Amino acid sequence: MDFPKRRWLSRTALAAVALGLAGWIASAAAQEIKIGCGMALTGGLAANGKAALISMEIWAEDVNARGGLLGRKVRLICYDDQTNPATVPGIYSKLLDVDKVDLVVSGYGTNLIAPAMPIVMQRGLMFMTLFGLDVNSKFKYDRYFQIMPAGPDPAVDWSRGFFDIAGQLNPKPTTIALVGADAEYPWAALAGARFHAQRAGLKIVYDKTYPPNTVDYSPIVRAIQATNPDLVFVASYPPDTAGMVRAANEIGLKTRMFGGGMVGTQFAAFKTQLGPLLNGVVNYEFWTPENAGKLPYVSKFLVKYQQRAAKEKVDPLGYYLPPYSYAMMEVVEQAIEATKGLDQKKLAEYIHANEFVTVVGAIRFAKNGEWSKGRAMSVQYGGIKSNDLSEFQKPGINTILWPAEFKTGDLKAPFK
Amino acid sequence: MEPSSALFLNAVVSGLLLAGFYAAVAVGISISFGMLDVVNIAHPGFIILGSYTALIVHRWLGWDPILLSVVLSPLFFLLGMVLYRVYYVAFEKRGQESLRGLAFFFGILFITEVVLILIYGVDYQLVKTAYSETVWKLGPIDFPLRLLVPCIVSVAMVVGIQIFFNRTFFGRAVLAVAQDQLALRIMGVDPVRIKEFAFALSIATAGVAGAFLIVIQPVQPSIGREFIGLAFAICVLGGLGSLYGTLAGAVILGIAESFTSTYFGPSWAPAVSFGLLLLALAFRPAGLFGR
Repeated sequence: MDFPKRRWLSRTALAAVALGLAGWIASAAAQEIKIGCGMALTGGLAANGKAALISMEIWAEDVNARGGLLGRKVRLICYDDQTNPATVPGIYSKLLDVDKVDLVVSGYGTNLIAPAMPIVMQRGLMFMTLFGLDVNSKFKYDRYFQIMPAGPDPAVDWSRGFFDIAGQLNPKPTTIALVGADAEYPWAALAGARFHAQRAGLKIVYDKTYPPNTVDYSPIVRAIQATNPDLVFVASYPPDTAGMVRAANEIGLKTRMFGGGMVGTQFAAFKTQLGPLLNGVVNYEFWTPENAGKLPYVSKFLVKYQQRAAKEKVDPLGYYLPPYSYAMMEVVEQAIEATKGLDQKKLAEYIHANEFVTVVGAIRFAKNGEWSKGRAMSVQYGGIKSNDLSEFQKPGINTILWPAEFKTGDLKAPFK
Repeated sequence: MEPSSALFLNAVVSGLLLAGFYAAVAVGISISFGMLDVVNIAHPGFIILGSYTALIVHRWLGWDPILLSVVLSPLFFLLGMVLYRVYYVAFEKRGQESLRGLAFFFGILFITEVVLILIYGVDYQLVKTAYSETVWKLGPIDFPLRLLVPCIVSVAMVVGIQIFFNRTFFGRAVLAVAQDQLALRIMGVDPVRIKEFAFALSIATAGVAGAFLIVIQPVQPSIGREFIGLAFAICVLGGLGSLYGTLAGAVILGIAESFTSTYFGPSWAPAVSFGLLLLALAFRPAGLFGR
């Protein structure tokens, strides 16, 4: 064999191997089940978005370790939405038209779910969503599902605990102040609070919103104090939650109950930063060390999550969002396995008709895609002595006031 | 004292305390944009870099973050010198500073944010100082120290820089470079060196403003962008290039925000602030202290 011929043969063999490898990779990729999402990995909601994505990755690893879904490996394709609603339609278009994903799930939060709805509805996709409050009341989409345990009438159910507890005060409260950020979630939460206030015959003495980039909240809290309300319901996002709690403490806000719908006090960063300033605040939680025994699977999941969170520098506790983002993917997994396919209509019908056993317990969805029975707890913080993380990892500082099945104590009023 | 007068006085004090922080954020922009014609859109990125620097060194040494920011300001000054040199060689010298320079600073902003995310993650960070939860009370008026301390340091910083500009040769050269670079060159002064110095000074103020921010509220890497609109509004209202104007603009917008929040509803605060800006510009297009 002469030298040029040998070289030709070796090159042909190399090309054949490369082609075979490419074909194998392409066939493996085609066999994957691709699930796409936008997620807040930078911007104001990134701390939660990243924690949610870690949970979803843990789920994908768990599923792939079990052999995948329908015998196919699962791959997550998620892009950073920068906590910017304007980026969301473009992200979902790319996921569907360029990445050719089989399914999409939502990013974190009401503000980032709503902009995805038109494209999802246009394509007729089943849409599992992560912590959106009352998004589907406007769209009424029959393939929409939401994993936050708000309840079948989310805007109203969200603050039900706060108002049920307030109704047990003696003497009964007569006035309330409502305040929240200028954003989708606080608007929905405040709408629910207005409904409860009117139903309870409470006079609304303050009802205002503030821009999300507010620096000093003390003028707002002073204006509230000037109306002398019995109750103060706050619907806020993390930075403003910190601002409102600090201002209420600095001014010495005199009211009987303060809190209600504040996002942020559930995460380690804010628990440790605010520390004793949280004492007396009544707010919602989804899991606390006090009810660990009643939700045992969450505890098991948290062990796995907390190991990853330490490496990724996100919420080291993970009590709020991570178990639910894992549960969201478990619902998708169980629906795919049961319907033995990726038909969006069949998936949606199956999810509507069946109960799902997940790390956060059994979930059944109502007609509008929300939990058929809400499970947000109302908790009063008390006895916090320091800003140390360990204080928030053991029982003793959260008194669960509502619902009755988790109740560990009674409200201590007034707030300060 | 009547509750209504207490509310009024507290609104004034809150507005002034807020103005102190706003002035610290805006003073660097006033120098770079107003005096040097350098559109440093990355200024918020350096503010956040200042926040994280204060946080890390505070955790390491336990010192007060605002004191630390003053001690560490020479580092930010050096960073500003290097940045201006790059900007000058790559854009200004070639006459491409307008659009490409703007893109350069946008790039710097994003790179700063991404580096902070990669190193420190996306979680909110806050520094708790010895005075964070202390409130001084003068009758019914509250002075929360987490706002009072930054306000005092900020006013001292702005007044100090203005005195430096007015009373030193170098400072007068900075004021001159804003007016006529050619005349400065004829007098034997290198305007590039003067601009380099002034730009570095603006970055040093960003570092100090960052320490104020992390004492006042929780910070994450991209939060600085929220202040860029307000900071530019303060500079334009006060008059570009006038530091006392910046201080006056900050006081006007701080008090406007505080009064709107107290009496009319906080959601109106941005509309009132920018309405005031438009009104001022209608009568004084160069700003209140602009020439």
